Amino acid sequence: MTDRVNCKLKIENLSVYYDREQALDDISMEIDCREITALIGPSGCGKSTFLRSLNRMNDEIKEASVEGSVMLDGEDIYENGYNVVELRKRVGMVFQQPNPFPKSIYDNVAYGPRIHGIRDRDELDEIVEESLKAAALWEEVSDRLNQSALDLSGGQQQRLCIARAIAVKPDVILLDEPASALDPQATAKIEDLLTELKKNYTIIIVTHNMQQAARISDSTAFFWLGRVVEYGPTDKIFERPDDQRTEDYITGRFG
Amino acid sequence: MQNWKQRLGFWTLRTSALLVLAVLIFLLGDIILKGGGVIDLEFLSSPPRQGMTAGGIFPAIAGTLYLSLITALVAVPLGVMGGIYLSEYASQGKLTRLIRMSIRNLAGVPSIVFGMFGVAIFVNYFGFGLSLLSAGLTLGIMTLPVTITASEEALKSVPDSYRQGALALGATRWQMIRTCILPPAVPGMLTGSILGLARAAGETAPILFTGAAFLHPHLPDSPFSQFMALPYHLYILATQHHDISRVRPIAYGTALVLIILVLILNIGAIILREKLSRRYRR
Repeated sequence: MTDRVNCKLKIENLSVYYDREQALDDISMEIDCREITALIGPSGCGKSTFLRSLNRMNDEIKEASVEGSVMLDGEDIYENGYNVVELRKRVGMVFQQPNPFPKSIYDNVAYGPRIHGIRDRDELDEIVEESLKAAALWEEVSDRLNQSALDLSGGQQQRLCIARAIAVKPDVILLDEPASALDPQATAKIEDLLTELKKNYTIIIVTHNMQQAARISDSTAFFWLGRVVEYGPTDKIFERPDDQRTEDYITGRFG
Repeated sequence: MQNWKQRLGFWTLRTSALLVLAVLIFLLGDIILKGGGVIDLEFLSSPPRQGMTAGGIFPAIAGTLYLSLITALVAVPLGVMGGIYLSEYASQGKLTRLIRMSIRNLAGVPSIVFGMFGVAIFVNYFGFGLSLLSAGLTLGIMTLPVTITASEEALKSVPDSYRQGALALGATRWQMIRTCILPPAVPGMLTGSILGLARAAGETAPILFTGAAFLHPHLPDSPFSQFMALPYHLYILATQHHDISRVRPIAYGTALVLIILVLILNIGAIILREKLSRRYRR
């Protein structure tokens, strides 16, 4: 593999183990800047593990161990002494279940900037408004920023979580099946939003929804039993896959 | 036949439940009937007089309140910090299991044994003597298992998704705990702690040899002075007085005041929990 100019993340020979069990087996991928990369594959194939190894959320699982390297803008995030807090500022994450904090809408979005030391009220106001606008939620909540985030609908909560992630100004946003708990309308809104966000962010999304992957992503990686079977432009993966297993999965013959 | 058996079972269960209620009502009724008459403003605000056959129990009320304050100052901060460590920091290894087992066992140690411990450590070794401080520390140690367990359970009931959300935004572990985990856990921590304190307020054995006085009509003027306390005063009036039948009404009055005090603490805990948890409802 040759280095591409706009390569954001370069994953080399990444393997992840939970105790003795191998969850990821020797993954190498290059993920481009300002693109949406979709990770597809049957449950338990390692997509989420892969996603969580990109912002070192696997560190929180005691049994997990990692081999190989993940280069973010040319720096290995698994190098000794790499600042994990700084990494997670640059690589944000949105989870499968919307998980707003039991705080007001404003405090949810301002959470990240605050813990990173921003105290100035005007500056926070600005970040909150920008982030909510970027997450296409501003119109719906601008008049009730001080209400509890738990009063929002599921789809709104998920967009709030995206706004919360954007507020720390990351380069990369990881999304773990962000729409699987939402109804079709809310899902459509999230998809539109992601297409809009990719102008400024590198987006990596795990999804079980083939149409969704086909609709919004530029590249697609098909995971199977902890390996990447096929990785390439989404059009090619969906129309002319090289591997029989990819074709079988996409056409719904297994999974 | 089947129906008959079901009914018998149902009534057995219901009677058992009602029995608890009956015992409580009988107990409260008995104490109110026999002790309610002596309670007036003078009883609550003046010291015992004429060999405890007259006057009130004010020093005992004040002593119990002081004692509870010291107990709280020991048991609540240590309990909360211990709970945070066990829930958020400790890895689930041998040491943690040992600590947890010790806490469980500590909770099961009879209170008189804590009294002996208090004499050995606080009264003699640290030289605090028979004092409010020795007794308060002893009660604090006794309450510690309750506050640690309550704190740990309250923290554990906070959904993991909050932890993940905070960490994924680049929070350090302590930032995550302070801003996302502690606030929703506070109601549970407080409720558990107050219930533990209420129990400690009614204990006699741990203060028996650590500082409670037979008669000490003045309020304690420092943490190192002896004091009167409601449960110990009750014990004296009921068993140690030279004219037990004459002071019986005062004994019942003391019991009633103690029960009301504990009840206020418990109801306070319930109200506080309701108020706070409405702010963090999930």
